[in-house]
Amino acid sequence: MIAEPSARHPRWVRISHGITAVALLLLVFSGVEILMVHPRLYWGNAGNDLTPALLELPISRNYKHGGWNGEARTYDIFNQNGWGRSLHFLAAWALVVTGIVYVAFGVADRHFRWHNYGSSQRGAYLIVVFGLAPLIAATGLTMSPAVTAAVPALLRVFGGYQSARTLHFAAFVALTLFVAGHVAMVARSGFARQVRGIVAGE
Amino acid sequence: MDTKLITRRRAIAAGVASLGGLILARRPTPLPPTYGSLLRAGDNLTYAAHRALFPRGSLAREYSAAEITPFPAVGTINPATSVNNEVGDRYRELQRHAFAEWRLPVEGRVGRPLSLSLADLRRFRPRTQITRHTCEEGWTAIAQWTGVPLAAVLDAAGVLPSARFVVFHTYDGLVDCLDLVDALHPQTILACGMNGRELPVAHGAPLRLRVERQIGYKSHKYLRRIVVADDFDDGGAEGDIRNGWAWYTGI
Repeated sequence: MIAEPSARHPRWVRISHGITAVALLLLVFSGVEILMVHPRLYWGNAGNDLTPALLELPISRNYKHGGWNGEARTYDIFNQNGWGRSLHFLAAWALVVTGIVYVAFGVADRHFRWHNYGSSQRGAYLIVVFGLAPLIAATGLTMSPAVTAAVPALLRVFGGYQSARTLHFAAFVALTLFVAGHVAMVARSGFARQVRGIVAGE
Repeated sequence: MDTKLITRRRAIAAGVASLGGLILARRPTPLPPTYGSLLRAGDNLTYAAHRALFPRGSLAREYSAAEITPFPAVGTINPATSVNNEVGDRYRELQRHAFAEWRLPVEGRVGRPLSLSLADLRRFRPRTQITRHTCEEGWTAIAQWTGVPLAAVLDAAGVLPSARFVVFHTYDGLVDCLDLVDALHPQTILACGMNGRELPVAHGAPLRLRVERQIGYKSHKYLRRIVVADDFDDGGAEGDIRNGWAWYTGI
């Protein structure tokens, strides 16, 4: 259903698919770590422990630490962001570079053929390619103070830093559901054959 | 709205003027070391991309007084009680006398080394800005900061042409540096006031740095010494890099 039996995936597709898969796993892993440090979501420009949250996720080791003692935290909070943030951005770079190469090759090689896909599948891929992927990238960039100094429109478009952060998380949830659906459809259409196709090119 | 535009335009003009004098005709800033780490190489890629793609004088968004929010005090909130060495002792002494004896040396690769008291700093033309503090943890807070543009202080000290970094030593035992693009940026200020009052001890009294185009941990509190340097200084045992924290945090 996803690919014609005769459609062998060329090597550049297999390599870029592999890099993309690893980069996405690293983005999810480091993204969850970053969220665990401050698992509260807000709307607008500002939000912190002293302001109300839109949503508080129960995923931090010691988040419910009793708040603030005077002006100080009562306990050190779970924080592995030193490597977590750098890994997140490294994986994002890998994804962006691979994505550019993939699209360039795909256009040159006429890899993108709609007749391989069913209509509901087309809809899902369109939502990802033109909706969720640009949304998660743009909201991620909106959390960068250097980027928003250069492109202030980003903060206006998403309604502020914290709104962008919340939308970044929402897009992550939606993309995770898509990937789960993608894997389920691959499995249904013959898992072994599909995996051989994407990994070994057979 | 109009006054905001004029302020921004004036700030850009001032920024361009100071950057023009100090940055033009300089050797390019070298990338910081990667220490053989892929993560640090990724940090450097981000740094190089930001410096190549973004205008040097672009301003971080400034907010209205109505948008000021509560502001958590994190990290060191009083070096007098948490820094157990001679630096902490010195801070305790200074704090006891309301920072009257506090001096900020501005030294290193400068033509006129300075030792500035708070009164000296108040003689510079002040700058007030309401900006968003963006913590690496994910929270943000908006506050009004009053202080002196670092560019004006560096100008008074006369930065030598070979200099490329400005190193900050703090009373909470940290050493960190900025490149000249961020050091001379018009919104990079040495702040002694917060929300119209004296800077509280929990937020870095008597003087802290504000670097508005980077993540919050670059805006060091409790400034002790400024050293202008030709070469990158990772701060050694007192630097953030030893614990794996990125040096450039525009992202």
